[in-house]
Amino acid sequence: MPMTPSTIELPVTADDYRIARYAAAAIALTVAEAALPSPLPGIKPGLANIIVLVVLVRYGWRDAAWVSLLRVVAGSLVIGQFLAPGFFLALAGALCSLGVLALAQHLPSRLFGPVSISVLAAFAHIGGQLALARAWLVPHDGVFYLLPLFATAALFFGAINGLVAARLLAIPVATTAAAPPTTEAGS
Amino acid sequence: MKDRFPDGLRELLEQATAAGHPPWRTLLLPGDWLLLLAASVLVAASYPLLWRGGVADRAIVKRDGQLVTELALNVARKYEVTGAIGTTVIEVQPGRARVLSAPGPRQYCVQQGWLTRANAVAICAPNHVTLQLAGRGGRNNAYDTLNY
Repeated sequence: MPMTPSTIELPVTADDYRIARYAAAAIALTVAEAALPSPLPGIKPGLANIIVLVVLVRYGWRDAAWVSLLRVVAGSLVIGQFLAPGFFLALAGALCSLGVLALAQHLPSRLFGPVSISVLAAFAHIGGQLALARAWLVPHDGVFYLLPLFATAALFFGAINGLVAARLLAIPVATTAAAPPTTEAGS
Repeated sequence: MKDRFPDGLRELLEQATAAGHPPWRTLLLPGDWLLLLAASVLVAASYPLLWRGGVADRAIVKRDGQLVTELALNVARKYEVTGAIGTTVIEVQPGRARVLSAPGPRQYCVQQGWLTRANAVAICAPNHVTLQLAGRGGRNNAYDTLNY
């Protein structure tokens, strides 16, 4: 298909390609997850966090933050939630869990694997969401009645996601992961 | 279907479904077990801690807004209160209370059934009688089932 050559050239680094690839994977999981029914608003597996974990362990916190925030913004655009309350809750959760990830990545890796990091991040996620919900959406302590349910879900899904991430990380990193795609049209 | 996935996800899926993985339990390090155990205890403890507030321990019966009696919710009994148009019968059982019968024409407070949570209210308006449950904690007393 003929395309007008772009007059603006943005330099794209291998880092950008790598982040974009992982962010795309995380967004795909977000969209797939949005189709799953949930017993309670806010209780979701959070599958995209598997990707964030893998990126954190492989490439560090900066890349993980990029993937996580791109996932929140672009994922909400795709499922039509951008700037809706759910978007801000997701953003609050993502920011909180990124804060915890920044600390948790310094845990001694001989003792603590991805499962620990995942569970801690999951708790931070519900913590951030509940704090924002209490401050903004439901200004009453009644929201904390839901805390045990959310905490149970966070523990369960955090552990599962951590196990999946640990399994993915146990595989040696693919050599193609950082290479820019070669079949890009119109670039 | 798989072709439509983004590259990154397809790559991860291929890695995840490839053969020759170590068993799942080897993915959990000692610290992980410890953290999972501690987190489970904390989560289990959060249930009684955060859900205790709703337990009711006494029923408050009022007529024209004036306190008539307080009934402890630990013994089963019936209590009759005479209101504006007749007699309302309150029934108490361990942990719950209800309006057993009321002289009102529409019987709303009777049909409300058993009240079990603190701050739940049944109002027999025609007879000017209310039945309200109260809990221990004293928290959230500004909220009842009316402005819920």
